[in-house]
Amino acid sequence: MKTWDAIVVGAGHNGLVNACYLQRAGLDVLVVEKNKWIGGAAVSRSLTPGFLYSNCSYVCSLFRPEIMRDLDLPRFGLQVISYEGGAVFTRDGDYLANYRDHHAHRREFARFSKKDAEAYDRYARDVTRQCRFIQPLLMRTAPDPTSLKPRDIGELVYLARKFAGLGAREMADTMRFWTMSISDFLDEYFETDVIKANLSLSGIIGTALGPMSPGTAYVLLHHYMGEVDGSVGAWGYARGGMGAVTQALADSFRASGGTIRTQAEVEEILVKKGQAAGVVLSDGEEIHGRMVISNADVKRTFLKLVDERELPEIFLRRVRNFRMRGSSGKLNIALDSMPEFPALPPDSPCVRADLHFTDTVERMERAYDDWKAGRWSADPFLDVVIPTTLDPTMAPPGKHFMSVFVQYCPPKVEGREWTDADRDAFAETVISQIVDYSPGFRDRIVHMEVRTPRELEAEVGLTEGNIFQGELTFDQLLFNRPVPGYAQYRSPIGGLYICGSSTHPGGGVMGAPGRNAALEILRDLKRGTSHMSPAHDVI
Amino acid sequence: MTSSDETRWDAVVIGGGHNGLVCAAFLGRVGRKVLVLEAEEQIGGAGRTHEFAPGFRVSMAHLLNRLHPEVVKALELEKHGLDLSPAHQVPTVALSSEGKPLILTGAYGEGLEGADASEKQAWAEVRAQLFRYADILKPLLARRPPSLDGMDLAASSAWAMTGLSLKRLGREDMRDFLRVLLMNVADFCDEGLQDDRLKGLLAFDAVLGSHLGPRSPTSLLGLYYRLAGELGGAPGAQLVPAGGTGAVMAAVRKAAEAAGVTIRTSAVAAKVFVEKGRATGVMLDSGEDIRAGKVISALNPATTFLELVGPQHLDTGFVRRVSNIRMKGDAAKLHLALERIPAFNGLPQQYRNARLVIASSTDYVERAFNPAKHGEFSPEPAMEITLPSIGDPSLAPTGASVLSATIQYAPYLLKEGWVAGKPKLLEAVLSVLERHAPGIRKTILHSELLTPADIEARYRMPGGHWHHGELQADQMLMSRPVFGAEGYHTPLPGLFLAGSGSHPGGGIFGVPGMNAARRVLGGRA
Repeated sequence: MKTWDAIVVGAGHNGLVNACYLQRAGLDVLVVEKNKWIGGAAVSRSLTPGFLYSNCSYVCSLFRPEIMRDLDLPRFGLQVISYEGGAVFTRDGDYLANYRDHHAHRREFARFSKKDAEAYDRYARDVTRQCRFIQPLLMRTAPDPTSLKPRDIGELVYLARKFAGLGAREMADTMRFWTMSISDFLDEYFETDVIKANLSLSGIIGTALGPMSPGTAYVLLHHYMGEVDGSVGAWGYARGGMGAVTQALADSFRASGGTIRTQAEVEEILVKKGQAAGVVLSDGEEIHGRMVISNADVKRTFLKLVDERELPEIFLRRVRNFRMRGSSGKLNIALDSMPEFPALPPDSPCVRADLHFTDTVERMERAYDDWKAGRWSADPFLDVVIPTTLDPTMAPPGKHFMSVFVQYCPPKVEGREWTDADRDAFAETVISQIVDYSPGFRDRIVHMEVRTPRELEAEVGLTEGNIFQGELTFDQLLFNRPVPGYAQYRSPIGGLYICGSSTHPGGGVMGAPGRNAALEILRDLKRGTSHMSPAHDVI
Repeated sequence: MTSSDETRWDAVVIGGGHNGLVCAAFLGRVGRKVLVLEAEEQIGGAGRTHEFAPGFRVSMAHLLNRLHPEVVKALELEKHGLDLSPAHQVPTVALSSEGKPLILTGAYGEGLEGADASEKQAWAEVRAQLFRYADILKPLLARRPPSLDGMDLAASSAWAMTGLSLKRLGREDMRDFLRVLLMNVADFCDEGLQDDRLKGLLAFDAVLGSHLGPRSPTSLLGLYYRLAGELGGAPGAQLVPAGGTGAVMAAVRKAAEAAGVTIRTSAVAAKVFVEKGRATGVMLDSGEDIRAGKVISALNPATTFLELVGPQHLDTGFVRRVSNIRMKGDAAKLHLALERIPAFNGLPQQYRNARLVIASSTDYVERAFNPAKHGEFSPEPAMEITLPSIGDPSLAPTGASVLSATIQYAPYLLKEGWVAGKPKLLEAVLSVLERHAPGIRKTILHSELLTPADIEARYRMPGGHWHHGELQADQMLMSRPVFGAEGYHTPLPGLFLAGSGSHPGGGIFGVPGMNAARRVLGGRA
């Protein structure tokens, strides 16, 4: 029976990135995926004829350009179409537009407040500075501060030097920034509600925190650090939906000789004498491998797939305490015509990008208060995009696909499991908010897929439906992600690694965890890594 | 006046609260001629004891839990009348409106009554862990915050001590320390404890005095801050001072006077003189000029820089940072004059002197917090209650009782305004009290509710914030009160800060005053 060099559990983007790098280093790699399709949370699915849904992740920006180039993804069909701006609709019938161009954006702010327009320069400069400091950390393995290994100490010294290089005042600003709430941070610059609401949304998307929770200013960076085609902070649609990212990865993987098996659900990771030895599929088939790399989240990997007796108690306790409460839901809607937004001028470019209907930080925070009480938000925060405005491949001519990201949506409803009736009521809450700003919207709906944390867990395998495979709070970042002592993609079991968003630097369709894990694995195997570009700082 | 005028005082301290007095006393002891200016008739700031109804006396700050041992020792406060004896130390009771209360005896729960055996065991472990971690932070809290601008010996030794004690924890404990440091208190409690009352109490103590809920990340820091305090050598101990906190203030005053400090009350500082970029004295609102070699403000940093100094003497970036200090208080204070000692549900007689906490679960505290974010008060507030007249009957007429309660949350900027809101808050507070002590409302002779706006006006604390600025991670250490004034110095030579707005923060601690004095003297702090 064949023994693979490495078996990757899960064909999400991080699993595939990891597999690509290992295969290119000369290993014989098998990727096993439980679904019929590959992609994890980066998929394009056809659930109604003629339409493609990016039914989980829906926009592209964070994906690391180094990976894009190393793995030749454009050659395998990945194309990212960057989009411009977006808008926040206000309840008085006006709107605030977003423009990528700093000066245009500033002029738009001036329509609401001269002071805020001036502050925007200062704000943009300060945020860019924070990005510049943090971005290089994404592509590095976090050092273990309790370790005396030269590599960890060297890395700590690198970080300390980099920090000291900021100069005293910026060091102080950086330290404050890390623990501030996005709301408090914005209060230091702006006075206009809608401007603050507009900028604060990046601090909360995907996190189980409200804009007034300390630590959300940092989450903002996770959404600012991206780039599309070398354009920093830009966002775009993957042509053909987010599945195009994972398809290109899969094609690149196969082109270098890798093997993918779908409909192969892993039930157990085999461990022999403390060493990973392969996987057992749900139909009982055993596949042998010298290494197993799990793209599943940390809880699923160690609490479901591995026999607990193989793991030390302290590790298990920490994994159990790892928090991954789902906080978002998603509606994927097929529309038979382009919805109208009367607040926008005709031909406004804003409809081609993010649309929001939450015009104050207070409304966002109240939406979070509902989540804390175990309910979906009565007045939710929506991030709406219509990718078909720029990418005609996802719907028949004249028709559109709309992705509605919804925050907040709890993993359980007031402590009990979701029911279909709950799900429908949740969808209705969302639709009625859209209708308030787009009359006639309801009549354009051809088909709709509603996803609560329940569906995300069942289909994608994300525990509690947490889209980042674990909350991005201080106790779960850097050397604490996923758990202290095992933040370097390894586990207590020899030859068992993890490479998903549960690991540093966390979620988003970024690919960094998969790449960083590959680097660590190749280091353990004492293999060359010349096929992996070093991280470059672009900001 | 010109700068050639004779300087009479070596130092003038603005503000006769405990930090101002402590600072003055430390300076006086080494022979400096020091004048303290107190705006009110009485010294002691928020620690003074006042008569709020005929025969009933109380202090805004009603508990003592962290007066720093170095302050007590160096100023010989016990000789000057401070009584820290264990006899006055009190337990904490987590009240429950239906079931039995949970009682934490000894210094912050050395013993736990009213919980089952497994929870007692769990608490013993969690408590030990909390104190172990609080101990690591202690040296950082007692010293001047480390400077980012090239470290001096004193600062790096504080870091080194912290690093060393971290290493001493052992590897796994150190990992847990680094993991939980910036965690929220609700999740922390859920990891180790079961009892809602206990979790609610810890959550309450963590967020007391700050604009955070138990589920806000970093809220666990507040609990460390509380547990880093000690009294009479007992970490976590607390006492309801005899004579009210005013008696503590009197001891500090005596220490200052014994050190040769001159104290002037009813002397309101209106302006700090700045000449050639240097602070040279203080002008009173009467127009009187007081010249001094050093000016030390124990007032709130915003008041100090924006009102007394004035933005024209400071650079724009600094002024912006000062204006951005968050200091909108969330705690109100209730004083009740009661006909008789109230009876709380299930509270044994011998624990009536305790600190009584109404915070039945972390969710209770979190729900109380929610409205505060939106400019509304909690319809079901959490509170900390003491009956100071039990330990010191002189605070109330015979047979009667004083009830003192800190109420959370009551935001400084109430949307509907405090004129309309105050009676409604009082009603909410009294109905919660009535639930826990049935019949109490009928025994109320007089009530005084101080909203943050009232506290601001009465105690000259902007925002009514007793820490003189939110005590949150981004306003701690070298960011307290702001970068550029973090080591008790300021951008103006000759001007220093000595109040709770400086590191490490508020409570009757005395460390800002002590460290400021050391800084003024140019020595280690």
